[in-house]
Amino acid sequence: MKLTLKIWRQTGRKDKGRFVSYAMDDVNAEMSMLECLDVLNESLIERGEEPVAFEHDCREGICGSCGFMINGIPHGPLPATTVCQLTMRHFKDGEELVIEPWRAAAFPAVKDLVVDRRSFDRIIAAGGYISVSTGNAPDGNAILVSKDTSDRAMDAAACIGCGACVAACPNASSALFTGAKIAHLSILPQGAPERDGRALNMVAQMNAEGFGGCTNIGECTGACPKEIQLEVIATMNRDFIRGSWKRRDQEVRTVKPMTEWSTGSKLKIDPHATS
Amino acid sequence: MSTSAVGVREEERAPGFWGSTNGKKAVMAVTGAILFIFVIGHLAGNLQVFEGPAKLNAYGKLLHTLGELLWPVRIVLLLCVTLHITATVQLALLKKRARPVGYSAKKAIASSYSSRTMYWSGPIVLAFVIFHLLHLTAGYYHPGAAFIEGDVYHNVVSGFQVWWVSVWYIFSVILLGLHLRHGIWSMFQSLGMNHPRHTPILKSTAWVVAVTIVLGYISIPISVMLGVVK
Repeated sequence: MKLTLKIWRQTGRKDKGRFVSYAMDDVNAEMSMLECLDVLNESLIERGEEPVAFEHDCREGICGSCGFMINGIPHGPLPATTVCQLTMRHFKDGEELVIEPWRAAAFPAVKDLVVDRRSFDRIIAAGGYISVSTGNAPDGNAILVSKDTSDRAMDAAACIGCGACVAACPNASSALFTGAKIAHLSILPQGAPERDGRALNMVAQMNAEGFGGCTNIGECTGACPKEIQLEVIATMNRDFIRGSWKRRDQEVRTVKPMTEWSTGSKLKIDPHATS
Repeated sequence: MSTSAVGVREEERAPGFWGSTNGKKAVMAVTGAILFIFVIGHLAGNLQVFEGPAKLNAYGKLLHTLGELLWPVRIVLLLCVTLHITATVQLALLKKRARPVGYSAKKAIASSYSSRTMYWSGPIVLAFVIFHLLHLTAGYYHPGAAFIEGDVYHNVVSGFQVWWVSVWYIFSVILLGLHLRHGIWSMFQSLGMNHPRHTPILKSTAWVVAVTIVLGYISIPISVMLGVVK
């Protein structure tokens, strides 16, 4: 099949970026979107041009590395699918695909379709964990969890942190991500002791990153490849309000977002250099 | 590249409840709920226009004889409007900062029309409320006929006999309905209440309530224009 890929090209953070159209004459309908880009990149390398940079890892829809906008929808038109699992047969012959990266102030551009999503890591570091004692493994049935509760926690835990929710949100809010990371712990008894502080800290870090505010419109859940529901945002709101009410004198502190790349060396090396 | 640090240990004190996006939404939910209750009470009072001049004027008089209660209620409503709008403006400014470079193509796939137009329906309803207060509460601007202090029935009927006043009223009330259709369920979400079984019911209820409110309000200017109420 024939396709035209209109891809966002940007050499680095300081570059303004632009769309470049690539005509592809022989796209195999069974290829995934990423494989299609691989084929394009092969031809670009043969022509001596810079290949399109995009993130990928597992290519089976569970790592959360890949993701970009296709015709205005994160991960493309197929619901509950990441771009690595999206096969080209879902597009029409002769179609033009507009491919651009996630756009948000909290996701600074790195190169082409790659954005810096370390803001998500900092939100998780702010409270997305539970504290457990080390030593022998506890008895498996010491804490009883009903099937219903564990299912709900697992639904929230399905979040792979790809960033499609932020990309889809008109406010560039990360409420669905933060909500999922709060809810999958908060629903379970193991997450209960740190429940109040967790929501306060993670919401504070989310706000420090410069994400927008949630307006409950639900674009995120439509774009989410793991179909995380808006309920997790309500859980975040409840925990946040509860935590704010119950807080005594613990001070909530946030980490300053770091947007530069560390080279691990004091030598002056250009961290954006590709080789 | 892969060894890049995630954050620097340069800590900052987090802003409080109002300073966070979630806190602002909670404030918007509570103030919105209070304003929603007012909208219902106001409708119930106004529908007395169908019971004739004596009944409506007596109701108007009753509100004014509440005396010490009238202004506290007004102040609470004014405070709610102020907080609701302040939070909206701040979140709208944040929205602009949060996505400095826009998309060349963006499709809405899962949101409702009313939720996407909240930023429009809100300000237009505000403009209408200001007009409405000048028109029927203060009597500062009352085209068509003279405003008579205390004769609520006369003011309403002669006011709505001006066609563009009625059209503007109907248009604004429909926008208020759209605003409520999203707002009624959204306030529960902002306050942390969402349930896979109850929220769909809540959303349908929001539809029914919004449509009922719109029909209730626009029945007044329509009846005046059709000559049913004169």
